[in-house]
Amino acid sequence: MPTLDQVPIGCKGVISSIKGEDAIAQRLMEMGVIESEPFELVASAPMGDPLEIKVQGYRLSIRKSEAARVTVQVF
Amino acid sequence: MHEITPPLKSFRIALLGNPNTGKTTLFNVLTGLNHRVGNYPGVTVEIKKGSFVHQSSVIEILDIPGTYSLAPRSPDELLSVELVLGLNPLEKVPDALLVIADASNLERNLYLATQAFETGLPVILALSMVDLATAGGVQINFKALSEKLGIPVVPIHASKRKGVDELKNAIVSLQTEKCMPPVPLFLPEVINNREKILGLLGDKGSLFLAGRLLFETDGFLAQQLERKLALSLAPAILEGRKALESVGINLVSIEAKSRYSWIRELVQPCIRKPENKVTGFTDRVDRILTHKVLGMFFFFLIMFLMFTALFVLAKPLMEWIGEGKNFVGQGLESLLPEGMFRSLLVDGLLEGVGGVVVFLPQIVILFGFLSILEDCGYMARAAFLMDRVMAKCGLSGKSFIPLLSSVACAVPGVLATRVIEDKRDRLATILVAPLMSCSARLPVYVLFIGAFLTEGYGWWFPGFVLFLMYGIGFITAPIAAMLFKSTILKGKGAPFLMELPVYKMPSFTVVFARIYEASLSFLKRAGTLIAATMVLIWAVLYFPYVSSTGENYPELIAATENKEQQDALLLDWKKNSFLGRVGRSIEPVVKPLGWDWRIGVATLASFPAREVVVGTLGIVFGLGKDTQDEQQLLEILQKAHWNDDPDQPLLFKVPSALSLMVFFALCCQCGSTLMVIRQETGTWLWPAFTFVYMTSLAYLAALLTFQVGMLFL
Repeated sequence: MPTLDQVPIGCKGVISSIKGEDAIAQRLMEMGVIESEPFELVASAPMGDPLEIKVQGYRLSIRKSEAARVTVQVF
Repeated sequence: MHEITPPLKSFRIALLGNPNTGKTTLFNVLTGLNHRVGNYPGVTVEIKKGSFVHQSSVIEILDIPGTYSLAPRSPDELLSVELVLGLNPLEKVPDALLVIADASNLERNLYLATQAFETGLPVILALSMVDLATAGGVQINFKALSEKLGIPVVPIHASKRKGVDELKNAIVSLQTEKCMPPVPLFLPEVINNREKILGLLGDKGSLFLAGRLLFETDGFLAQQLERKLALSLAPAILEGRKALESVGINLVSIEAKSRYSWIRELVQPCIRKPENKVTGFTDRVDRILTHKVLGMFFFFLIMFLMFTALFVLAKPLMEWIGEGKNFVGQGLESLLPEGMFRSLLVDGLLEGVGGVVVFLPQIVILFGFLSILEDCGYMARAAFLMDRVMAKCGLSGKSFIPLLSSVACAVPGVLATRVIEDKRDRLATILVAPLMSCSARLPVYVLFIGAFLTEGYGWWFPGFVLFLMYGIGFITAPIAAMLFKSTILKGKGAPFLMELPVYKMPSFTVVFARIYEASLSFLKRAGTLIAATMVLIWAVLYFPYVSSTGENYPELIAATENKEQQDALLLDWKKNSFLGRVGRSIEPVVKPLGWDWRIGVATLASFPAREVVVGTLGIVFGLGKDTQDEQQLLEILQKAHWNDDPDQPLLFKVPSALSLMVFFALCCQCGSTLMVIRQETGTWLWPAFTFVYMTSLAYLAALLTFQVGMLFL
């Protein structure tokens, strides 16, 4: 399954899992990036990083390094 | 005998909410400007306290910094949790919690609320941005939500004062009727193990705290609590975690999953969302403002407008303040007899206070702009666009605007770092911000480029040199930040996760309150100290005013009408003063930079505020204080000989002029900046560090410039 940093812009899908067991993984989940939550990759900043995603009905800026921990299922 | 009135018992609430929910607006509307900043040792966050009276009850509010979760991972976040739970020895336990949530994004906002529900305190829920939710087609049944939760739910529009009275009523009635929120559901295994830890915590415990200890991955809270409450928690926590893992529970994700699914079940019957999402205003605007090309164009346009305003609007105001200062000075000079007291008042205190107040227009304008950009939602987009560039030097996009602001003045630049949540990023930004060439360095550049790098060069050359001088800051600051982040400020930072809030009209109350607070705290805290430093510099330039041969300089100057003689006496006096003596004794130190003692003194005297250097150069190069004319000074500098001895070579050559400019570009000659760093970091360590590293860097760079320059030029 692809990770969030590998899918194209405009892509919609659901979040499958978050890799890692550290505080970063926990913070991602607190912000609503959790299993089976729908998401949309809205845009990327001028040099391709960070990404802008829509999740839980709001927009979140997330760096590619953190996005690489999020595996997604694309519709 | 007077009748003794019983002291009014106040009701204490803590205000909690996610960032971008209008929490600050609500706090300001509830308390007016009737608030103060609490001081807590060892943390950099600012926690505001305010109060209001409603239906003859005194309500005190503690404004907890905006956060998405009460899970503490740093001392700053721990303080918030301690204040909410009443674990901080400086504050009493709150009587209730007021949670503000963004109605247009209810689920994620309720995450924090579910944590508040576990504190064991009564909770009121205020819902903001209801109009935004409605515009997006979202309808919320407040009554149903309130019934399901068993607590008051009050929709508010704080900037329009809608719902504020209802909220105040709800808070007041909470004094008699405690509305306890429901406790979010967890798996039975979690509940059992949480109870065990709760038992260990005793009277300081709460379900929230016990749960956090069980779920946290880094052991930060456990360590802190063991130390502060003198408890042994680790074995029980470990046992609990093992028990949960043995039944297949993922400890990293269990909390977020349980809370979100509980929220979903709770909210679903109370909320109606449109099936086909309408493309909102924010979506349309973001297509332009975060676009790869157009977004950058608008970003630079906005930055350009901000800086033009900063220079163009602030300049007349600053001149006006300068004129006001001169007017008061002349008034004092005509009223008071000549002497030490007058000199202290005019040259010391007035110059000192004036030197602080003169920054005020820039602070007001910059903070006006920044708080509008922040409140309308653009600031997060700016950080989004610039993050990649800033990440290269170990910072995040949020550091860009504070650094850019420092080109105008490092004082508001350092204050603007408050938007950076990550403590190390914020500190690194504060430490390098004074390296950016601020507007006070400009007169030095202009004077020396005009004197030594204009005649005989192409028309483009002076501008090019000026550009290079600014370039020094633009290149050094990121390198220094990178160095600090990989050495003294090393550590795993928080991930750069940033909400891009919906665009909205900036609220006047928020903008005004931020300008007011920034100005007031600058004047109060930096002002008193910088004025004191200026008086000190005045003293070391004034004393001793009698030469070793018994000549009393002030009297001699007053006795003669001859201007040239006055100037010569003034120079002699300054040379003989404590600072002058120090300056002459440090000549061996400044000589390798290509400077004589006079430049040494002028540089020393400009450590409290670099903008005085032009004036001090005027004094030490024998130009009277009252006849300061830049053109005249420029010519004197061009013709000056080493140590004022006509037999010696000319003092300034291109390398020595360059070394002086490089020194000023990199040196921390600004008391106000150091005081603001002290204010923002809460310790003298960081201003001392900034001073030492910048001064050493400036000296080495100036040395290199002069020595290398002498080889080629």
